[in-house]
Amino acid sequence: MPTPFYPSEFPILSALIFSPLAAAVIAVLLRSDRALRWWSFLSTLVIALVSLPLFWQFDARTADFQFREHAAWIPWLKINYTLGVDGISVLLVLLTTLLMPLCVLCSWRYIKARVREFMICLLVMETAMLGVFCALDFILFFVFWEAMLIPMTLLIAVWGGPRKIYAALKFFIYTMAGSVLLLVAIIALYLQVGSFDIRQMMGRPYSENFQCWVFLAFFLSFAIKVPMFPFHTWLPAAHVEAPTAGSVLLAGVLLKMGAYGFLRFCLPITPQATHLFTPWMIALSLIGILYGGLTALAQSDLKKLVAYSSVGHMGFCTLGIFALNKDGLDGAILVMINHGVTTSALFIAVGLLYERLHTRELSQAAGLGKFMPVFITFFGVFCLSSMAFPGTNSFIGEFLVLVGGLAWSPWLALALAPGVVLAAAYMLRLLQKVTWGSTNNPRHNGLQDLELREVAALAPLLVLVFWIGLKPAPIARIMEASVKNLLQQVNGAPAKMVANDPTRDSAGRPNNRASWALAEVLTPNQTP
Amino acid sequence: MAFLPELVLLATALALFVVCLGNNRLRAARRAALFGGLAVLLACGLCLGENATLFDGAYRVDAFSQFLKLIFALGFLFAILLAGELPDIRGDIRPEFFLFLSLSVAGLFMLVSSIDVITLFVALQTAAFPLYLLVPMRREREGQRVQMESAIKYVMFGIAANGVTLFGLSYLFGLTGSTSLPVMMAKLGTLAGSPLAVAGLALTFAGIFYKLAVFPFHFWTPDVYQGASHESAGIIASLPKIGAVAILIRFATLAAPDNRAIAMLLTCLAVASMFYGNLIALVQTDLKRLLGFSGIAHAGYALVGFVALDGAGYTAALYYITGYLFMTLACFVVIARVSKDGVNVAMSDLAGLHHRSPLLAVTLLVGIFALAGVPPFVGFMGKLALLKAALARGHLWLVIIAVINTAIAVYYYLCVIREAFARDTAGQSPIVLDASTRLLCWLLIIGTVALGLAPSAILDLLAASLH
Repeated sequence: MPTPFYPSEFPILSALIFSPLAAAVIAVLLRSDRALRWWSFLSTLVIALVSLPLFWQFDARTADFQFREHAAWIPWLKINYTLGVDGISVLLVLLTTLLMPLCVLCSWRYIKARVREFMICLLVMETAMLGVFCALDFILFFVFWEAMLIPMTLLIAVWGGPRKIYAALKFFIYTMAGSVLLLVAIIALYLQVGSFDIRQMMGRPYSENFQCWVFLAFFLSFAIKVPMFPFHTWLPAAHVEAPTAGSVLLAGVLLKMGAYGFLRFCLPITPQATHLFTPWMIALSLIGILYGGLTALAQSDLKKLVAYSSVGHMGFCTLGIFALNKDGLDGAILVMINHGVTTSALFIAVGLLYERLHTRELSQAAGLGKFMPVFITFFGVFCLSSMAFPGTNSFIGEFLVLVGGLAWSPWLALALAPGVVLAAAYMLRLLQKVTWGSTNNPRHNGLQDLELREVAALAPLLVLVFWIGLKPAPIARIMEASVKNLLQQVNGAPAKMVANDPTRDSAGRPNNRASWALAEVLTPNQTP
Repeated sequence: MAFLPELVLLATALALFVVCLGNNRLRAARRAALFGGLAVLLACGLCLGENATLFDGAYRVDAFSQFLKLIFALGFLFAILLAGELPDIRGDIRPEFFLFLSLSVAGLFMLVSSIDVITLFVALQTAAFPLYLLVPMRREREGQRVQMESAIKYVMFGIAANGVTLFGLSYLFGLTGSTSLPVMMAKLGTLAGSPLAVAGLALTFAGIFYKLAVFPFHFWTPDVYQGASHESAGIIASLPKIGAVAILIRFATLAAPDNRAIAMLLTCLAVASMFYGNLIALVQTDLKRLLGFSGIAHAGYALVGFVALDGAGYTAALYYITGYLFMTLACFVVIARVSKDGVNVAMSDLAGLHHRSPLLAVTLLVGIFALAGVPPFVGFMGKLALLKAALARGHLWLVIIAVINTAIAVYYYLCVIREAFARDTAGQSPIVLDASTRLLCWLLIIGTVALGLAPSAILDLLAASLH
């Protein structure tokens, strides 16, 4: 155990959550755009550096929540201010703090108008995102979860592309409509438990009926955020219209919140319902993978292509989650991190191209290889990473998800194999076209290759691509205890509880297969 | 001492009356009102902990009434700041605006302290009549006399609803033989479930629902909002609703804790108000009409708390409607300042607001998102408290309908935000705000956020005062 970086009792999580807000307040007072950019960059950089020691100081031996803080907030409603991170959320906190300075860097020249408001929105976003991952009180979580919508919508609506209004409205309405029932579920859980504390809601013997309804409310909210297949339509619109930094935050952090919601709430709070709905979740994930892949293959807009690839990647993530075994969960969390790294990098890269070409058409960007070698080097690595090339980060995650999925049912291989091939197909098509696509586009003469600031925005992500790709052990170590604990919560408890229930087998899955046609096709042979 | 806030307010009204006797006394009236408003606020603060029964048991000063008076005093001050130079009131009667405003607030002060139904009814009328007068005071323009139509609607509906209330009160009096609320409560205890008591209570609610703009007593709302000047509409939209919730609590406590019939009635009205208000607001283009319909929906949300028929629900409703004062005034101050020459503001007139006046844009953002129920603003915490209270008493479907309505409402609130932030128009001049408007904007923003993030003190106070 290395020596602690933070003094004991130092409220590090609160400090991380609220320092961006403080930075935003100071940004209100700054006048020149240049000072604003530097101030935002330095403050997010400092926050990222301050958050790094979490990685070492986190005690990976236990699944307990660490760096806990607790204070009464609204006693009359029994709402507390409770924070803490476990092995899963600490990684997401670090991902968020790391991406923020890069977001500022990639907006340096992209955002020309109303720089102050833009930076304030970014900083407020950081507060809300960190709050979501750290909150241990359900209402506190919900406050951050919803509050995030305001700055994100403004980022799209004010600094977005031509169809920004449509995209911003769709994003807000989808997300808000999804989460209103989440609020009802939270209150219903509170009435059963008598507390909004997430930890106390876990592992309670709720009735199966109750669990199913709560699960469905959770599902609607989180599936929209992930997004899972039928709820994904807001994503391409929002991604395409958002400014680069907005896309990076959407892809890098916001989508993770949906998956995080499944991990943090669905699995431990409603384990029985999770088992009951697993076949459906797996099916939706599969559709997402195939649909995302096929649609990405057909795109001519660079950003749309990357956006649809996100649908596919997040399909892998939810598939891993609902495989409900260790490989699957490990893989899912790694996919979350990897997708945050790789897709963010791709969005930054597309943003850099847009700044130069003022279009995102693939045909207009074709054949850049000889003009922008440095850019293409970065771009190539991220494309390979996105298609899960061995040696890059995504390979580890998707491989584990495949292992977990196959353990759930070998039949999944039939559907997953085309999904993997599709990823390779659309990414290679993209890479091939951008690098060698056509010759002599007159607009490409005199294109600037990347400057130092732009390299700085991409380089950390490049390092992560190879670091996670070649040595994932440190990350796996951090989350191991938490994943094991999660598995125990979702698999252990219901098996004990329903031991005498004649309609279920020993693993707590329903025996009544007739009502679950899908379960019949995808007969799981996973060991509980 | 316990009567101090009322005395100070009446003194203010008297002073304003004297000021109004002269010609061109707008500036003096405004100063007098501002000074009086501060004095009333101070007096309310001083008398916060008072407890007394006055006028032979007709008038009670307790934590509940004193807290509400403080809120009214705050709202009074906001209204004076909002009024500004009163550009859209007929020039020769501008000082009278402040006189009627202070008289109406005096009525509200008495309303929350009355525990005898006769006093209560008189207070209700005292609060209402000056407001009836504010509506037709709007300046007449070429071809625009909509304010007269609005005023007639407001008065007619008001008097009809109050008549129904009187009729209901006669039933309650007949059942209990007393006009004193505490006596009524004691005698009604066993009879509260009887058809006559339910009918009496339901009829009594009519006048209150009219003030709160609950379906089916809402018809005046959009028209009056549209017809009245911005300042008057802002006052009508906020202050009387708090008074309505306060007396609704008084009467709802008459119904025994589980009076199924009353709960059913309130549920139906809440559902109807929410759907009606939200669905019709979706197609509005006049910003004040939109707020009018959204106000009907918000009255429905407030009723969700009453359906619980217990302390938690009443506290939540009162907290919500207190928050509503801040949210809705935040929207009205933007309307009043964006409006050119007092003309009604269409949604499209907001275009480019974030260029023209960042402070107004932020005020609108806070107000609208608070109304939409997005945290961290008071609208969210209020809804949470309401839903929690209703769900705790098992009203699952009502709660689900309420959240579905929240989701519907998001669309039209977002349309307002869209106009203000995402659309730009060329050639719009910046809006210059005077110091009092800036102060008002900041007070409303801070109030909306603080009530949402740190409501502990107020919730505890409200909960304690209701026992």
